[in-house]
Amino acid sequence: MIRSVPRSRLFDGLYLTYLVFFFVYLALPLLVTAAFAFNDAPFPSLPWKGFTLDWYLADGTEGRTGLFHDDALLSALWVSTKIAFWVTLVSVALGCVNAVLFERLEFRGKEFLYLLMLLPLVIPGVILGVSILVFYSGMANDVSRLWGLELDVFRPGLTLVVMGQVTFITTLATLVIAARLRKFDRQLEEAALNLGATPLVAWFTVTLPWLMPSILGAAAMAFLMSFENFNTTVMLTGSDTPLTVALFNRLREGSTPVLNAVALFLMLVSALLAVTTLRQKR
Amino acid sequence: MRSSAGRLSLILLLTPFLLWIVLLVLLPHLQMLRVSFQVRESWDTLVWGVEQYQNFFSESYYWRTFVRTGVMSVFTTLLTLLIAFPIAWYIARLARGRARGLLFLACLIPFWASELVRTYGWMILLRESGLFSTWLQALGWVDGPVEMLYNDIAVIIGLVYNGLLFMVVPLVTTLDGMDENLVEAGYDLGGGHLTVLREVVVPWAMPGVVSGCIVVFMLTLGSYLTPILMGGKDSAWFTQQIFTQFITRFNWEQGAALGVLLLFLSSLMVWLGLKLTGQSLRKVMG
Amino acid sequence: MAVASDLSCHHLVRRFGDNIAVNDISLDVPAGTFFSILGPSGCGKTTLLRLLAGFDRPDQGDIVIRGQRMNDVPPNKRPVNMVFQHLALFPTMSVGDNIAYGLKRRKVPLAERQKKIERVLEQVGLPGLAHRNPQELSGGQRQRVALARCLVLEPTLLLLDEPLGALDLKLREQMKVELKHLQKQFGTTFVYITHDQSEAMVMSDQVAVMRQGRFDQVAPPETLYREPATPFVAGFVGDNNRLSGEVVSLRDNLAEVRLDHGALVAGQVAGSQLAVGGRADLYIRPESLVFTGDGLNERFSRLDATVRSTLFDGANSRIEADINGQPVYARLPQDGSAPGLAEGRGLQLAWDPQLARVFGAEAL
Ligand SMILES: Nc1ncnc2c1ncn2[C@@H]1O[C@H](COP(=O)(O)OP(=O)(O)OP(=O)(O)O)[C@@H](O)[C@H]1O
Ligand SMILES: [Mg+2]
Repeated sequence: MIRSVPRSRLFDGLYLTYLVFFFVYLALPLLVTAAFAFNDAPFPSLPWKGFTLDWYLADGTEGRTGLFHDDALLSALWVSTKIAFWVTLVSVALGCVNAVLFERLEFRGKEFLYLLMLLPLVIPGVILGVSILVFYSGMANDVSRLWGLELDVFRPGLTLVVMGQVTFITTLATLVIAARLRKFDRQLEEAALNLGATPLVAWFTVTLPWLMPSILGAAAMAFLMSFENFNTTVMLTGSDTPLTVALFNRLREGSTPVLNAVALFLMLVSALLAVTTLRQKR
Repeated sequence: MRSSAGRLSLILLLTPFLLWIVLLVLLPHLQMLRVSFQVRESWDTLVWGVEQYQNFFSESYYWRTFVRTGVMSVFTTLLTLLIAFPIAWYIARLARGRARGLLFLACLIPFWASELVRTYGWMILLRESGLFSTWLQALGWVDGPVEMLYNDIAVIIGLVYNGLLFMVVPLVTTLDGMDENLVEAGYDLGGGHLTVLREVVVPWAMPGVVSGCIVVFMLTLGSYLTPILMGGKDSAWFTQQIFTQFITRFNWEQGAALGVLLLFLSSLMVWLGLKLTGQSLRKVMG
Repeated sequence: MAVASDLSCHHLVRRFGDNIAVNDISLDVPAGTFFSILGPSGCGKTTLLRLLAGFDRPDQGDIVIRGQRMNDVPPNKRPVNMVFQHLALFPTMSVGDNIAYGLKRRKVPLAERQKKIERVLEQVGLPGLAHRNPQELSGGQRQRVALARCLVLEPTLLLLDEPLGALDLKLREQMKVELKHLQKQFGTTFVYITHDQSEAMVMSDQVAVMRQGRFDQVAPPETLYREPATPFVAGFVGDNNRLSGEVVSLRDNLAEVRLDHGALVAGQVAGSQLAVGGRADLYIRPESLVFTGDGLNERFSRLDATVRSTLFDGANSRIEADINGQPVYARLPQDGSAPGLAEGRGLQLAWDPQLARVFGAEAL
């Protein structure tokens, strides 16, 4: 079972087969999705009709509109990017603050607040979206009805989507950053003070560089999570549809290779992001 | 002076946390709970009542879906655990050097794509005009196209796929921290494979198992895309009904009640899971 | 005051709840000395050092550095640098940046900074390693970087908290000598903390022996060894044999003690609580014990003993002898002068009373 305990050949063989099957299972859907982004046919299914870049580049003149000419998808992409940017900014900032709060300070009720901090992890994403919709949008409705004031920020739209996603992404960012902060040797800060740094300078020159890999990691994670989120987002989105929602609507109308093209594009961007953060960590 | 500086930093750090947790988590959920107990009599009059909950229990469609969603989620979670454990074990204990890192990365790769893309990939594979169907015909094993999408098995395949990463990572992390001497001692003292697994490995891996199970269960229970895109006519998922109430029917009160029920179900299951395994949320999540 | 003192403390007290970690300590360290604080684990050494560095505040007493009261000066403003027990090199910076850290805080211009870094690295014997990461250095090299990081700032006072604790034995021996040389070379005042008496003895000009938050004795190493002021110092600094008994007579600074099994022995009076008829402990070092047979002086005290075993350790070899059930160690010269000492053989151990010290037994 472990390397030092002998295993039978049969067991090893079975184990290996299982591993192969597992990784095929993991890879297959993605490979297939990627491949059909280049199939020269209007429908993503066999037979293979040859290689084309139409699903990226076609400008609509021959009945095909590629991703880079599809204004609806491009604007959805832009909306998603905006959302992801704000979500990353807010949740990583909150994550830093929370990490310091829970790792460095002692105060009454800390255990309880820590549990509250973990709470968003055990609330389904749909519910997070629904509750924020009910609270804020409901509040906007009431205010409008009672006082005639229009609180448009609290109507479904970008602000609400950002708020909804920040709710749970902050918890994840906090956990990532706190785990790193926990490994920080506080003597390093004392050493910095001893060498003449003020507490603030010590924080920025010693502690923050130490946290940096985790902050970048948390940021990459937050960005991806936000970009890919559907369940919370769909409840809160207004007229500006983010990419996942736009894709979903397309998919319900029927699948076209443009969807594959978008999917591959997203995978590449995520991979790039993941690889750069992994590099950073070295 | 020292303590006043301490107070100040506590206040400065506590404020953002409290704003976040109160404004984005506590108040919205309390409001949702409140709305679920309000009955709309006309467009602007609301009275307290439990009508929404009565609807849930009297309308068999609701509670059947509710139970089905819960049962299928539990089943999916356990299946994911079964599938992921050998993989995590291999990565944490058997693979060496580079292979180890590569295998671990390979497990993460599917999650560079969103749930929607993953589901879409499965649709291309499983549907009537999909790849599996074409391949089976080419092999001559079936005569006509076969539809493998739109049934419960397809849904479970997709859900397990979505959950795997969140099971593998915590398992690898805990198994990685296990001292191999423990296992060796287990054999040395006369245990067989199963005994060692049951008495040594599983208890050690428990925090990782529970943490993985909670996350996967939450994801499955709250998933929407996979069941709706891969499920058939009668494989409804409870989240779908919440969406319907909010998005198509604009019946917030009913939607809120269903939301509260789902939240209740998820909390209950997480609590039960923690109680049965003797773990604490802090230990498995933080 | 004849010699300017770099550091002096007056009646320092630091309490943790009921536990008094530093209990009324006063000390005075002349400029340019290597001052060690030696004491067993948990006696309050680190606490004292943190008070000096400013990471902690004394409950009572004053800390004065170069004539200036430091109590309310924050750590980053004190002319004191510290080498931490686990070094605390910044892992996110190269060796050069570690050393530059303090200089940058003082706004030393870049060119001068680089010159200083190069010079100090040369002085500690690590030329050209500025670009390395601390993780890529050996334990001894890291030690030197930690020193260089402080020394480059030319502090009035350098505090070292058991900096050799993490090194292996061989390296520790080597670093001991090197530290002493570095201290001479830089002329900086060192306050060095250790629980290893050999470190303290080898390096220091002055050693303070600390016990339970207090100083038992402050003296140069040799005085400490030859004339311990308290039984604790006698037992803690160097090896010592302790024999208990009752004082029979006190005369000419010599005390005669009747040991519990009847033998009458003598030693120099040390400490003031000796009275005829009172309990006393006689301390005699292993190397002061001689085997009878050599031309013995009449004044010598002697005891009958049985050989239990010989403990061979090169120049440090000893025999373990048994005096009425109590083990006594005696140095075994390795120049062939020792008699054959088979296990179980009887022999007589003797010593010059001038070399033994008698303390009043401590009230329990
Ligand atoms: N922050 C603290 N709170 C409470 N008690 C403390 C604290 N720091 C130290 N002590 C206590 O004060 C005493 C002295 O501790 P100190 O760390 O100074 O010992 P030390 O001489 O440095 O020991 P060592 O050689 O093991 O490092 C110990 O009994 C310790 O338990
Ligand atoms: Mg200490």
